[in-house]
Amino acid sequence: MSDLLTPTFLTALIAGGILAGIPLLFASLGETIAEQSGILNVGLEGMMLTGAFCGFLGALATGNAWVGLTVGAISGLLVSLVMVVFCVRLGLDQIVVGISIILCAEGLTSLLHGAFFGQSYPRLDAIDVFAIPVLSQIPVLGGSLFSQPAPVYMALIVVGLVGWIFRRTTAGLDLRAAGERPDSLDAAGVSVVRVRTVAEMACGAFAGIGGAYMSIVGAGTFVPFLTGGMGFIAIVIAMMGRGHPWGAVLGALLFGMSLSIATALQLVGISIPVDVVQMLPFVSVMVVLVVFAREARLPAALGLPYVRGSR
Amino acid sequence: MTAPATTQTAVLAEPTAPGRLASIADSLIRSIGPIILAFLACGLILLVLGRDPIAFYEDIVTAGLLRPSGLQDSITRMAPILLIGVGLIVVFRATLWNLGSEGQYLLAAAMVAGLGPIVLDTVPAPLGWVVLMLVAMAVGAGWTLIPALLKAIYGMNEIITTLMMTFIGVGLANLFVKGPFKGTSMVPQTAVIPKGMMLLDLPVTRVHVGVIIALVVVVIVHLALTRTSFGTRLDVLGANPRAAVHLGINVPRLIVLAFVISGALIGLAAAVDILGIFGYMRADWNPAYGLKVIPLVFLARLNALALIPFAAFFSVVSIGGEYAARQAGLPSDFLLLVVGLILIFMVATQYFSDKRARGERIVPRRRKASA
Repeated sequence: MSDLLTPTFLTALIAGGILAGIPLLFASLGETIAEQSGILNVGLEGMMLTGAFCGFLGALATGNAWVGLTVGAISGLLVSLVMVVFCVRLGLDQIVVGISIILCAEGLTSLLHGAFFGQSYPRLDAIDVFAIPVLSQIPVLGGSLFSQPAPVYMALIVVGLVGWIFRRTTAGLDLRAAGERPDSLDAAGVSVVRVRTVAEMACGAFAGIGGAYMSIVGAGTFVPFLTGGMGFIAIVIAMMGRGHPWGAVLGALLFGMSLSIATALQLVGISIPVDVVQMLPFVSVMVVLVVFAREARLPAALGLPYVRGSR
Repeated sequence: MTAPATTQTAVLAEPTAPGRLASIADSLIRSIGPIILAFLACGLILLVLGRDPIAFYEDIVTAGLLRPSGLQDSITRMAPILLIGVGLIVVFRATLWNLGSEGQYLLAAAMVAGLGPIVLDTVPAPLGWVVLMLVAMAVGAGWTLIPALLKAIYGMNEIITTLMMTFIGVGLANLFVKGPFKGTSMVPQTAVIPKGMMLLDLPVTRVHVGVIIALVVVVIVHLALTRTSFGTRLDVLGANPRAAVHLGINVPRLIVLAFVISGALIGLAAAVDILGIFGYMRADWNPAYGLKVIPLVFLARLNALALIPFAAFFSVVSIGGEYAARQAGLPSDFLLLVVGLILIFMVATQYFSDKRARGERIVPRRRKASA
């Protein structure tokens, strides 16, 4: 086991964990916001996939990764408007609408990809790595932690910001009240519908960025079904994070590392079947869920539409 | 409608129209309307992509319904769709979300394809089929156990757990096919069941008896859901879990039972597919019925008998759609878009016709005035 702990292995594991974890981080941060406001956003996978496709198109057309990420965010936000109209405004079943968002996003992105590119998969230029001076010189950790594409640092800043909004602002209080006791929030004179609308739109935008990060920075291209279940893992991370944005960071890093462990192992000469690799993150989610079955904590009004005046 | 019922069964609630004829007409509109809307929307998208929607839909009907070979393929495709569909109806009635049908199906398929040649070599075919179907049902049921127990004991959200188990099941199925079940050929696939040992075809056709099995199962499930106390208990649980507890229903046991039956039916779908059509399983093969069947189940309003026409419709569109997409130079994932749109138009149609049935305005007024 000792040769496992070589710098090569650790660097590859941590760097890979961050690369794979950032999309999870954005998406699960968005899902955390939505869940705290009382919306179970099952369609997260569909929003990520839309963000991945539109972000890829944006980056391909302009040659600029930042434009791509912005386009991804906007497209995710537009998809979330479906949830806003049907679930927040009209109070329809969130799970059913979520499933249809996934189906439509999978079908539409695959269809459009086929129509635009056929069987070709154009690649994007690799995004510049931003090495923090001095810190990136630290052995082992420096090369992996402090030499990252700029969106990685942005993600951490955003997490801090969301954490601050949750804990220290009235908006954060309103958000959590919308998920726990929507009737009290309504009685206090704040519109539950408006709070949930904003939360859901933020969730869509974050999911879109996460998806766009996968296609632009992670894969450098788009293939149909690119997100491959990431949206579902992000929902689990949000659940296990129990509403804490930093829980999402921890979860995203852990699951990102379990995604990248195969590549890291190959660097030190151990190869495991690709099917095992693909199963690994989901197995670890199940293990976490089984072990911490009692710990998962969800808002009381999660998944329930708010109808004023009903019990 | 009281508040809990509205939230729990918003999609499932039956309308309380006065006449039986009016109610049939109403549910016809609610079912056919979304399908028409979805095809209109898809037609617009095809038009934007520079394809001819009329020709596309003509191709679907021609290849899926009018050609004898296409029609037989469509009828054959109904078998797994029906079995997965009733498997979902059993849990959905209890408002339990088994979204992991793909994993249950593939794992069962891998077992049947892997054990099939061995079992059919040692025992006579009819007995072998029964054994393999039972194995598939056990595998499908077993794969729901962890989510079912987590739900029953801890109330853990089954949407998440069944989805996770699906991804694991797909990976495991591939491992089995590439590993212990690998046949003698170079490609990673199981040994092939000889043609003579596959499920029999119906006379004159190449539609296998699995379709008949599926139809019989649909009727049995329908009777169990509508004529037994088990069905009633599922409905009570689905409408209001707290009421179910107060009625003395053993809710955890019922949850596990519903999941196990659901998984078993989905496993049976896999057995019928492998024994009836394919005869072997290749690595990374995945028909991905998964989420696509869900819109049909809701269109049928969780009624097993009503599922039959929608399964037929879906089979024609999926068989014909593959051909039409090829002709138009598009990926066949077109079908995903169709069923996704059907689902979303269906909840919207339901919302507005419910509103109209209550004599409310369809366009929501400002909240202050209406509440």
